[in-house]
Amino acid sequence: MKVQLLQIAHARSGDKGDTGNVGLIARRPEYYPMLRKYVTVDAVRRHFDGICHGKVERFEIPNLNALNFLLHETLGGGGTVSLKNDAQGKTLSSALLRMEIDIVEKI
Amino acid sequence: MKDKIRIASGQGFWGDLLTAPIDQVTKGPIDYMMMDYLAEVTMSIMQKQKMKDPSLGYAKDLIPLMETILPSIVRKNIKVITNGGGVNPEGCRDAIFRTAKKLGIKGLKIGVVVGDNILDRLDELAAKKIELKNMETGEGLDHVRSRIVSANVYFGARPIVEALQKGAQIVVTGRTTDTALTYAPMIHEFGWGWNDWDKLAVGVVAGHILECGGQATGGNFSADWKSVPDLAHIGFPIAEAYPSGEIIITKHENTGGLVSMQTVSEQLMYEIADPTNYITPECIADFTTIKLEQIGTNRVKLSGVKGKKNTEFYKVSMSYADGFTAIGTLTYAWPDALEKAQAADQILRTRLADLGLKFDEIRTEFLGLNSCHGPIAPMPDIINEVILRVGVRSHDRDAVERFGKEIAPLILTGPPAVTGFAGGRPKPSEVIAYWPSLIPKNAVEPKVIVEEV
Repeated sequence: MKVQLLQIAHARSGDKGDTGNVGLIARRPEYYPMLRKYVTVDAVRRHFDGICHGKVERFEIPNLNALNFLLHETLGGGGTVSLKNDAQGKTLSSALLRMEIDIVEKI
Repeated sequence: MKDKIRIASGQGFWGDLLTAPIDQVTKGPIDYMMMDYLAEVTMSIMQKQKMKDPSLGYAKDLIPLMETILPSIVRKNIKVITNGGGVNPEGCRDAIFRTAKKLGIKGLKIGVVVGDNILDRLDELAAKKIELKNMETGEGLDHVRSRIVSANVYFGARPIVEALQKGAQIVVTGRTTDTALTYAPMIHEFGWGWNDWDKLAVGVVAGHILECGGQATGGNFSADWKSVPDLAHIGFPIAEAYPSGEIIITKHENTGGLVSMQTVSEQLMYEIADPTNYITPECIADFTTIKLEQIGTNRVKLSGVKGKKNTEFYKVSMSYADGFTAIGTLTYAWPDALEKAQAADQILRTRLADLGLKFDEIRTEFLGLNSCHGPIAPMPDIINEVILRVGVRSHDRDAVERFGKEIAPLILTGPPAVTGFAGGRPKPSEVIAYWPSLIPKNAVEPKVIVEEV
């Protein structure tokens, strides 16, 4: 069954230079294993195709039921160099929540 | 020793809600208030202001704020810690002293922390073979040396603690880590050791929660923003710290906003990299050890945080001039709003090319359609209106200025049903780029000066 991340997670994003960070937090502890299983580095790289031009890193924070993603080369140079409306990656969080995952689990 | 202290967050950035620090001082009990004014680019703005007027170069908002809150903080003995001193902490102190005199306040002690500003020491440091290469790209400083606008070391809590120990009621620093403004009072009040890594780490985590103000108490809350009560009167976060290292995140009772596991979790994720290595001058905090527990309404307990030994380096934040940008916008209405905006963009680009202007980048976005989520965003069936937003960047200031003169003509010489050019021609603004690096701790020495009015 297809689930949009918005249903099972919330998120916050920010910037560090040209790198965007997206913290993805499960809405319930039982959803965290699904985030770990399906929201992989590859899946996130595909989702941000055309936005993220560098590598994607993923870190696990199980105590907060959260994953942290670093999207390198994403903010048009970052800071005051960037010409993007969202130069600081504030909306990368909701962009990730648009992602759909195909799960075998029931929710 | 006090059995607990309450540290309030008053500002999360230069430009934050002006009533927040007043509410923190007046709407309930607090012992300390921290105010963070410095983003990465803020120092360069302040440096430019100081070059024009040597008495400036700090967060000017602080002075009218102090005029409002000084009588209350003196009466209630609330201590204020801020990095709003920017590139001129002593100038900031003098302005606060003048305000205190005007209000008839006597015996006020202000501590300043200086020594973070290494702009005048770059040649000396280079002679000592301290490279200050870009920690992200590995490039040497010589690439940008002649264009450096500001250069500051991120100090931690040590000099703030020293100022508090010398009796300062207000501590004004230059570049200091945001988190230090929160955990310095814990070290000062509870006598935590500089090698008590776990206690330092829990203080750092509390600092991370407080440093963005309302973003921890229901502002910018993605999980369920509609459920947050009374955002108009949002209460900023307060850390209630205990000598044992237990910390409760809360806010004043008669304020709006929300302190929940979810609001605090979101703030914990903000602008972090490797969660097991959150590096500060005093310790490395491990965010994968944080335990959060909702222990009451608008009360979240923070415990279990593990810390590790600090590094031998301070982070350095430098900024350098890197060309010019300008951004222009026009609004196109139905029918064919997007097609018209796209056509206008092409006409504009053709005219810029005909003029032979050189740009490092021309970027076009369609606000209302894709400026946030790019290709991830699906196109709606009917587009009522769209804002064409074109930005250019170049080292040729004249090219950027000319771009600004090519936007308005599109209204009478391009596709129809266009408006939204009330603001006048976009002007070139200087790009201040960011140069992060590291410096050995023994190469710089914070200096603390405490004076009384």
